[in-house]
Amino acid sequence: MNIVVCVKHVPDAQSDRTFNESDSTTDREGVDGLLSELDEYAVEAALKLVEEGEGEVTVLTIGPAQAADAVKKALQMGADKGVHVSDEAIHGSDAVATSLVLAEAIRKIGSPDLVLTGMASTDGTMGVVPAMLAERLGVPQVTYASELTVSDGTATIRRDGDTASETIVATLPALVSVTDQINEPRYPSFKGIMAAKKKPVETWSLADLGVDASQVGLDAAWTKVESFTKRPPRQQGQIVTDEGDGGTRLAEFLSAQKFI
Amino acid sequence: MPTEEGEELLALTREICDKALRPRADEAEERAAGSPELPRDIFRTLGRAGLLSLPYPEEYGGGGQPYEVYLQVVEEIASAWMSIAVGVSVHSLTCYPLARFGTESQRRALLPAMLSGEQLGAYCLSERQAGSDVGSMTTRATPDGPATPRSYRVKGTKAWISHAGHADFYTAFVRTSDDGSRGLSCLVVPGDAPGLAFGTPEKKMGLHCDPVAEVHFEGVEVAADRLVGTPGQGMAIALSALDSGRLGIAAAATGLAQAALDLAVRYALDREQFGRPIADFEGLAFLLADMEAAVTSSRATYLHAARLHDAGRPFSREAAVAKLVCTDAAMQVTTDAVQVLGGAGYTRDFPAERYFREAKVTQIFEGTNQIQRLVISRQLLRG
Repeated sequence: MNIVVCVKHVPDAQSDRTFNESDSTTDREGVDGLLSELDEYAVEAALKLVEEGEGEVTVLTIGPAQAADAVKKALQMGADKGVHVSDEAIHGSDAVATSLVLAEAIRKIGSPDLVLTGMASTDGTMGVVPAMLAERLGVPQVTYASELTVSDGTATIRRDGDTASETIVATLPALVSVTDQINEPRYPSFKGIMAAKKKPVETWSLADLGVDASQVGLDAAWTKVESFTKRPPRQQGQIVTDEGDGGTRLAEFLSAQKFI
Repeated sequence: MPTEEGEELLALTREICDKALRPRADEAEERAAGSPELPRDIFRTLGRAGLLSLPYPEEYGGGGQPYEVYLQVVEEIASAWMSIAVGVSVHSLTCYPLARFGTESQRRALLPAMLSGEQLGAYCLSERQAGSDVGSMTTRATPDGPATPRSYRVKGTKAWISHAGHADFYTAFVRTSDDGSRGLSCLVVPGDAPGLAFGTPEKKMGLHCDPVAEVHFEGVEVAADRLVGTPGQGMAIALSALDSGRLGIAAAATGLAQAALDLAVRYALDREQFGRPIADFEGLAFLLADMEAAVTSSRATYLHAARLHDAGRPFSREAAVAKLVCTDAAMQVTTDAVQVLGGAGYTRDFPAERYFREAKVTQIFEGTNQIQRLVISRQLLRG
C-alpha cells in the first residue's frame, strides 16, 4: 500500500508567533519552525500501516526552503521519501490554493492508495484542506479519524463526536485525516536520523506541477488579513471583597460576562 | 560537538527531554519518595531512540559514538531528570565489561540484547562491608568442577544496587579465590536466574526514581560462558569500567548543575525586591556568575577526559578529576540555587531543593570523592 502524508512546517507554538509587517501573512522567518505536531499523528499512522503490510510512505509538504525540515523530521521517523513543493509564488496562499497544489503534487507522485493528513495545522488551524483535497482528487474523504484500519481495499475509521462515535468505511483510494487521539507518535531514532540522510527528497516548483502562478499566492486568496494588532497584555482581575454578599456579586459578575 | 551527527543526536535528546522527561520529573520524584519506582517506560523510549547504547560498536547494535558525544547526551538528560541520567550511565556501565573484555562469541550472543534498549542492566560491585574497599568482597562464585567448569554457583549479597529487581541482567563481581583483590571475577547474570532475590528498596534522600536495593544471590547457578575475562581479572575489569562510568556521573552532575543554574537565573530575573529584580543586585549577580563559571569549567573538565578516552590515550586520572570537580561543583551550584530562591528554594514548590538532594549522592557513588583523590594522588605521585 502506498501512502502520501501531507505535512506542514509551522512556527513553534512555544515561541512568540506573529505576522509579517509588510503583507500580514504568517511570519515564518523570525521564529523557529517545526513539523506541525498534529501532522506527526498522520506520519505515525502511515508508518504503522506500512509496517503491518508493505508499501511505502511519501511525505509531502509545501513551503519555503526551511519547510524541508518538516520532511526531514518525517523521514527520520521512518517515511521512505519526500517531496517538497517550493515556489515564491505560493507565498500567502489560502486553503483553496494549498489544496490545488497538494492535489497536483499527489497526481505527480502517482496514485497512492491512501492520502493521510493531520486534522488541522497548528498555525492556521482551519482544518479544511483535507476536505478540499479529497474533493480535488475525487476520492472519499473520511475525516477526524481517532482509529484507522485498512483491509481489503477499504479504510475504516472511528470518528468521535460529542454525542456519538461513528464508524465510517470508505473504499480506497481515499483521504483520511487523523486526530491527536489516534496514536502516540514515535520519536525518531538515532539510526533513523542517520538513515534519513540517504532518503530521496524531490523539490518541485509550480511549473513542475503545471500549476499557473495566478491560481495561488496572496493575490489569488479568497481571504486576506487586512490588519493585525497584538493581543493586549492581560489586565489585573477584579477583586471582590466578601462582605456577606460575595456570592451574589460573583453571580452578577459571571452574568455580566455572559458566563451564566 | 565533533560531528554533525553528534549535533543531531543532541537535538533528538532535547526533543525527548522536553516532551517525555522534563514534564514528568517533579511529580514522579515526589511520588516515588514514598515508594521508589523506576519509570521503566522512559528507558524503553530512550532505548528505541538508540540513546541507551551510544558508546558501543555499531556491529553489536550500539551507536558507535565517541564519549565526547555520549557524555553530552547524558548531561542533557540530567538537566531534565537526574534519576534517568544516572540510570543511563549505570546501564552503560553494565555493558562495559562484556563489550571491553568479553570474547567475540560472548559479545555476539549477549551484547545486541543489552544494547537494544529493551534490556536494562544493574552493576553489582559494592557490598555492605565492601564499599570503597572493593577487594574485601565476600560474595563467592564456586565452580562446579576444578578444571573447566560448566557453571558457577553464586552466594552472597550485593548492596546499593541501582535497578535491583528491575534489571534484565546483573553484571556482578564475585570472589572466585581467596587471593584478595586478585581473586575477583566478573559474571553477567540473567535477571530471571533462579535464586536471585532482592531487598527492600533503600529509603534515600533523593533520586527516588532510581530504586536501589540489595541483591541476594542465593545459590544462583550461572553458566561458565557468562564469565567475562579470566578468573581473577575481576578487579581490573571493575576498575576499568569505573574509569568510564565516572565520566558518565561527571556529565550527569554537570547537567544537574546546569538545571539548577537555569532555574536560579529565571527566578532572579523574575523576583522583585526593593522595586527591581533581585538579579540587579551585584551580590546575587556575582553568585550567579560563580555558578556559571562552575558549570562551564565542569563541562570542560569532563570533555577533556572524554577526548583523551576517544583518542585511545590514558584517561583514568582525568576521569577521576572530572568526577571530583563536576560533582563538587554540582553540590556547590545546587546549594547556591537554593540560596538564590531564598525561602522558595527551601520549599517543594520549586525543584531547587530536589536538585540539592540529588547532587549530594554524586559526591558519594561510583567512588566517593575521597577515593577520587586517592586515585588522582596515586597516579600523580607514582606515575
